[in-house]
Amino acid sequence: MSGNMNLTLKVWRQKNAADKGQFVTYKAADISPEMSFLEMLDVVNERLVKGTQDPIHFDHDCREGICGACSLYINGRPHGPKQAITTCQLHMRSFHDGEIITIEPWRATAFPVIKDLAVDRSAFDRIQQAGGFISVNTGGVPDANEIPISKVVSDEAFNSATCISCGACVAACKNASASLFVSAKISQLALLPQGQPERYRRAQAMVAQMDKEGFGNCTNTGACEIECPKEISLTNINRMRRDFYNAKFFKEEEIN
Amino acid sequence: MVLDSKTPQGPLAEKWNKYKFDLKLVNPSNKRKFTVIVVGTGLAGASAAASLAELGYNVKSFCYQDSPRRAHSIAAQGGINAAKNYQNDGDSVYRLFYDTIKGGDYRSRESNVHRLAEESVNIIDQCVAQGVPFAREYGGLLDNRSFGGAQVSRTFYARGQTGQQLLLGAYSALNRQINLGKVEMYNRHEMLDLVMVDGKAQGIVTRDLISGEIESFAGHAVLLCTGGYGNVFYLSTNAMGCNATAIWRAHKKGAFFANPCYTQIHPTCIPVTGDYQSKLTLMSESLRNDGRVWVPKTKELAEQVRKGQVKPGDLKEDDRDYFLERKYPSFGNLVPRDVASRNAKEVCDGGKGVGTTGKAVYLDFADAIHRLGKDAVQAKYGNLFDMYYQITDENPYEMPMRIYPAVHYTMGGLWVDYNLMTSVPGLYALGECNFSDHGANRLGASALMQGLADGYFVIPYTLGDYLAGIGPKPVDTSHPAFAQTKKDIMDQINKFLAMKGTKTLDEYHRDLGLIMWEYCGMARNEAGLLKAKGLIQALKVDFWKNAIVMGENEEMNMSLEKAGRVADFIELGELMVDDALNRKESCGGHFREESQTEEGEAKRDDENFAYVAAWEFKGENTPSELHKEELIFENVKLTQRSYK
Ligand SMILES: Cc1cc2nc3c(=O)[nH]c(=O)nc-3n(C[C@H](O)[C@H](O)[C@H](O)COP(=O)(O)OP(=O)(O)OC[C@H]3O[C@@H](n4cnc5c(N)ncnc54)[C@H](O)[C@@H]3O)c2cc1C
Ligand code: SF4
Ligand code: FES
Repeated sequence: MSGNMNLTLKVWRQKNAADKGQFVTYKAADISPEMSFLEMLDVVNERLVKGTQDPIHFDHDCREGICGACSLYINGRPHGPKQAITTCQLHMRSFHDGEIITIEPWRATAFPVIKDLAVDRSAFDRIQQAGGFISVNTGGVPDANEIPISKVVSDEAFNSATCISCGACVAACKNASASLFVSAKISQLALLPQGQPERYRRAQAMVAQMDKEGFGNCTNTGACEIECPKEISLTNINRMRRDFYNAKFFKEEEIN
Repeated sequence: MVLDSKTPQGPLAEKWNKYKFDLKLVNPSNKRKFTVIVVGTGLAGASAAASLAELGYNVKSFCYQDSPRRAHSIAAQGGINAAKNYQNDGDSVYRLFYDTIKGGDYRSRESNVHRLAEESVNIIDQCVAQGVPFAREYGGLLDNRSFGGAQVSRTFYARGQTGQQLLLGAYSALNRQINLGKVEMYNRHEMLDLVMVDGKAQGIVTRDLISGEIESFAGHAVLLCTGGYGNVFYLSTNAMGCNATAIWRAHKKGAFFANPCYTQIHPTCIPVTGDYQSKLTLMSESLRNDGRVWVPKTKELAEQVRKGQVKPGDLKEDDRDYFLERKYPSFGNLVPRDVASRNAKEVCDGGKGVGTTGKAVYLDFADAIHRLGKDAVQAKYGNLFDMYYQITDENPYEMPMRIYPAVHYTMGGLWVDYNLMTSVPGLYALGECNFSDHGANRLGASALMQGLADGYFVIPYTLGDYLAGIGPKPVDTSHPAFAQTKKDIMDQINKFLAMKGTKTLDEYHRDLGLIMWEYCGMARNEAGLLKAKGLIQALKVDFWKNAIVMGENEEMNMSLEKAGRVADFIELGELMVDDALNRKESCGGHFREESQTEEGEAKRDDENFAYVAAWEFKGENTPSELHKEELIFENVKLTQRSYK
């Protein structure tokens, strides 16, 4: 079709966690600008399979920017060249005919590669298991409107709650720090009245788990904020630090 | 076999409370002697797993994604219904019950729907206690909005991402139990079969999607919470991984499949642009509150618009057909989903569609922008407009949106009784994968409600009754049924891996989708359905002969994953067609062209079809057997829906 593009892809291929991995070059011919980036990879994969070659593996599911599964490092940027979107929301009209596109997995010690472009982000789950919750059982809770919350506070908590656990912040960071993600999770609950009883214990437990998982330290570079598809703000990191140090210096009983 | 729905006796509003009292309880100290397998971590699965673990049961939880938080419940946009009546606008449990029964075109069980409406209020309390940030008013209390098919404002929402926020709440409750050691979580594990011991569900077989290891797990009961099967159509608003494998294989082990042909086609989705299209994106129903739906009045004008000779904005009022407003003056653009979808198809089939393919209608905000101002429209719908712009590269503030219906939700699913137990003892189905509650058409904002009601507030009671009955005798995987089921699965995998044909799995999936969409989609008729049945059977034969499956079992292998899912979709597709053939009436999302009113609206046949069609698997290439559960209406009067 007219208007379609011919591209060159340099894709990271790695058979499994133990494999060293390498870039492999593919031609992506006749790509419509209307395709999403992942649809472009689907087309390339269909052609690979027809030539009995193993398709390029990558994580994806919702393809509408909310599940956080997709995770590609495209031309040196997590989720590609555009701001505030995920890879699955990126369309080929953001590229031009003849372009060479480099596609890599998230790179971080705490996110080992599973195969090709798919990485293991279970560290994020473990951090939340360590304390990212309010300890209430099903049933026996107060009526929802018995807890009035100012709209300003609620909106701010919401801003933190929009994090989709994609890991782009870690991939963007030269230290591979998970601070933006962890702080967003801590902030959401720390801002809400329901989150107060466990506030400091939560911050401590989650930060401790973050360190255990091998993420790097935050040195305030701010690359995470720029690359975050949900525009999670650095303010969250300040909140996390405050809660973490409060928890360290005082015992929880003394604070509450 | 007689289908016993176990519907309790007594007045509607007292059934559930009285029933809960009558159910057997498991002694607190015995609970830890039971293991429950929960497959799926969406709203239904995560809420069930967390609640059961809190009670003291040992839970093993499974999902195919890399994290439970990515289950497709995450993608729900609009909201969740609850009969809180916080707006003082006349809502009540009975009204929610009534709207849901009517919205479902009188094809659901009164008792289940009433229970759902009763529990809806508890869901909101629970979510708020977990820290779910629902939208609030300036006074600090919760905000509501109205949604299709209701005349009250009972929908709670969290910007355009209610699903993500509710799921994160349930996920946090799940995480707490994982941390306490009560839930063992298995990510990237796909359930491939059900293990039956002495006629009861007692375990599952899974494939580890990273290592390929085939494992089996034993439990006293198995809960399937694996979501909808809309991906039978290839293109849908579901996630790429949504599949029918768990329920289909359970069906083949004896669980009846109810109303498979009831599919919801959502009117407002972004249209298909080309063959490479992998999924369709929903534009929330809330847009129809302010957007006006229209097409050019004549075929000639439509053609000029399609060719770009005329811009839509330049068409005079007289040259436009606001077909919903014209045909349904009292509901206008807010008719239920099935009606809106069918009408869009009708105008496009008549040559008046727009967009390059002619398969789209306009959803126009020019009037709303004129009336309310751009800022107000942006405040209401900004994120949806951005999403549209992102995908289409067209600015909906300046050009009308192009929309077309797409497969969205499946009302059918595994048949369950009032306890949510399938026809297999010890096997339960929760959330979208069961058939209960929504009849032939689901109202907006009711699926999230059902998933959470099932998981938080129904299964903790009803499961106890079963477990108390079978007793805490330990179960493990040493029974030969486990080794046998594992072997069957290994054989199937080896068969797949030996398939070195010429056609890709996606090609088969796309072909199936086209057949289903054409003949078993928005409008169905006998000749078309019979044709579809033949086409699907031929596709199945061809699939097993000519499909290509790549790689090995002992690795991450998306080709192998896809093979199993497509094979199951093909078989389920045929059952959907059988069900659609059997149901000669029109109801809700199921429109049989032979059964319509003079004005072309869906016509039910209550005399002959007021039943749930539950299909029993009888063996490969053998017709399934139909069992009927009569629907008894003691409280509502059946009427023909009218939106004129
Ligand atoms: C785009 C979109 C918007 C929607 N908006 C709304 C809305 O506003 N309001 C509303 O009420 N409803 C809405 N719905 C419907 C609603 O979101 C779903 O019906 C509901 O969330 C389904 O929840 P579930 O728990 O049953 O399944 P899901 O959330 O789909 O979860 C399925 C789970 O099962 C697992 N699974 C599946 N198969 C297997 C297998 N073989 N082995 C292991 N695990 C498996 C998955 O990993 C996942 O964890 C929307 C749906 C879509 C698609
Ligand atoms: S903070 Fe942003 S980049 Fe990091 S995981 Fe959350 S959404 Fe992704
Ligand atoms: S695939 Fe879900 S966010 Fe990209």
